[in-house]
Amino acid sequence: MQNNLIYRIPVLGRLSESNLSLFAGLLAALLTTGFAIWFLKAENEYVIGFLLALAVAVTLGVSRLGGLGYVGRAFSDHEKLMNGAAVCGVLALAAVFREDHFTLLMIAIVLLYMLAGLGLTIQFGYLGLVNLSGASFLGVGAYTSAVLLAHTAVPPLLVLVIGGVMSALVGCLLVLPVLRTKGHYSAVVTIAFAILFMSFLQVNDTLGGPQGLATGEMALFGWGFNTGIELENGFYGSFYLNYLLLALALLVIAFALVKRLERSWIGLSMDAVRLDETAAACYGLSIARWKVVGFTLGNFLIGMAGALYAMMLGFIAPANFSFGDSLILVSIVLLGGIGNPWGLAVAAAIVVILPEKLQMIQEYRFLLFAGLVVLVLLFRPDGLLPRGMRNYIPGGGARS
Amino acid sequence: MSASDVLLSCEGVTRRFGGLVALDHLDLEVKRGDILGFLGPNGSGKTTFFNVLTGIYDFSDGQAHFAGENISKHSAQAVYRAGIARTFQRSRMCLSLSLFDNIMVGNHKHLNLGLGFNLFRRGAFARDLEQRYEQARDLVRAFSPNLADRMSEAVGGFPMLDRRRIEICRALISQPKLLLLDEPSAGMTHEETHQLMGDILSVREHTPELSIIIIEHEMSVMERITDHCAVLNFGKKICEGTYQDVVNNPQVREAYLGIE
Ligand SMILES: Nc1ncnc2c1ncn2[C@@H]1O[C@H](COP(=O)(O)OP(=O)(O)OP(=O)(O)O)[C@@H](O)[C@H]1O
Ligand SMILES: [Mg+2]
Repeated sequence: MQNNLIYRIPVLGRLSESNLSLFAGLLAALLTTGFAIWFLKAENEYVIGFLLALAVAVTLGVSRLGGLGYVGRAFSDHEKLMNGAAVCGVLALAAVFREDHFTLLMIAIVLLYMLAGLGLTIQFGYLGLVNLSGASFLGVGAYTSAVLLAHTAVPPLLVLVIGGVMSALVGCLLVLPVLRTKGHYSAVVTIAFAILFMSFLQVNDTLGGPQGLATGEMALFGWGFNTGIELENGFYGSFYLNYLLLALALLVIAFALVKRLERSWIGLSMDAVRLDETAAACYGLSIARWKVVGFTLGNFLIGMAGALYAMMLGFIAPANFSFGDSLILVSIVLLGGIGNPWGLAVAAAIVVILPEKLQMIQEYRFLLFAGLVVLVLLFRPDGLLPRGMRNYIPGGGARS
Repeated sequence: MSASDVLLSCEGVTRRFGGLVALDHLDLEVKRGDILGFLGPNGSGKTTFFNVLTGIYDFSDGQAHFAGENISKHSAQAVYRAGIARTFQRSRMCLSLSLFDNIMVGNHKHLNLGLGFNLFRRGAFARDLEQRYEQARDLVRAFSPNLADRMSEAVGGFPMLDRRRIEICRALISQPKLLLLDEPSAGMTHEETHQLMGDILSVREHTPELSIIIIEHEMSVMERITDHCAVLNFGKKICEGTYQDVVNNPQVREAYLGIE
């Protein structure tokens, strides 16, 4: 480490390892935010292409110089600060694009996909249960919220929770046949469910059939989310800003809880079940219990994301929850780094924003993602940001 | 010998795989604090006995009583909770997890697995962690001081000898009454085997109540550490007694020579 290039830069050379990593981490957060603003503002396809090339080149260059190691260390040694920096980055984006409906919507979708991705991380990353109907569970949450808001007076915040619970309940039923088998049988069961759910939506007239149905808005303390924010000093914020901020809040809470889950005896038990069921059973772990718990928790997060997604879009149809969308969700987890929540951020941003920005690849996006996943799995089999060793107490060092 | 001295008693334990009788009416007793050597040619049913006893396979027939409890219908989880821990012939560790994590998997019955405790009472969790970490490290240190300094490294990076040690620590951390070792020396050199057996003997010195059943092909190992031995052939027990009795038994000689 000491003969690293970075150490030859005079000022940096005098910093301690820990401060250096913090500096690198904050610098990276700042640059990433700046880059994101530039990228989201760009409209010309050539500029976008240039920015992409720049991002890849800088990442590879910094990685060559050993700089990425410092960024990684910043996230492990100064976790709270780095989490805060990431949230500030999103808030900065929200502030810059406060009037831009489309960009805000896109960022909010990234956040909701990350929330759903956290659910898949528990299921697939920790327990090893492949869930190929992630979008269907988003749909369960979404339709639950549409129906509840239209026909009942349940407060919308509670509707989010009920959306999660519904999705968790359906998941409970679905995981039962999976419990009797080993291996990737859950893939088969969830594909079957995705098809079933889609056909159900298509023929069910009360749920709007293939045309779908309109959904009510989110409201907090009697204040409806579908109105933009206008202040006396001339500040104007699109109504999507409301949804973005709420999605961010939910994501922060879920992120913290999933991290804690991983850093606990529960996370350890889930890992043990994934890695060797027979050995786990011989050490008293109830395989069925952990699979049910993990699948349920994961589905709760996915369903909640779906419920908010529906309120934000204002209108949902079966096409929003297709098998292709499920694959997109899985590819986010694979690309990002199985079991690493930070990986989701990178991957969700790539998967959601890229095709919107590069309209010409819209039609080929499945092809492109398939290619990207294959490439990443070939050259970085653990994803872009692989999961590290378990560190029970963040920043605690020795007791890792 | 009083009945309470007997920790494990098996009567007519049988396991069939289709037409194959892998374990044929096995009777066996293990006393508290005993080290029993389990011998037999390849395919004679030794591992199958462990698998049946620990609930991985059902009993086709017969019964086993452990510490006064009938365990023949127990699931693998219940057998572990009753106080039997084991290692596997083909070492089964979570290679991508740390040494500490692997050992804690073995301590599952003592861990608080409540959602509230793990997610929200993080202060209490940190204290619990601290205490269990010290306990695990003390156990590991008894095997190898060097390993105790590498608690947070992935098990996949350790050589076979260390993995076997870690696997035995995983079995011991929950303080079982009976330890089942399935060919712990498989894949190791003579010197490494010698070291590992030394470790096992010293564990026994510290916990004289612990009973061990060990499967081994290495005869010198059996001579060194067992109190008595049982020999299987085609699923049947053909001989039982001290090591000397067993190696001098004509049936045993025939069983081994007949195979080799
Ligand atoms: N799951 C199974 N299904 C069918 N047959 C099995 C199964 N497990 C073991 N057997 C058979 O039971 C017999 C006993 O096998 P076992 O593994 O218990 O032998 P072993 O004494 O441990 O041999 P080794 O010294 O090679 O480990 C063998 O013939 C084996 O093929
Ligand atoms: Mg065997």
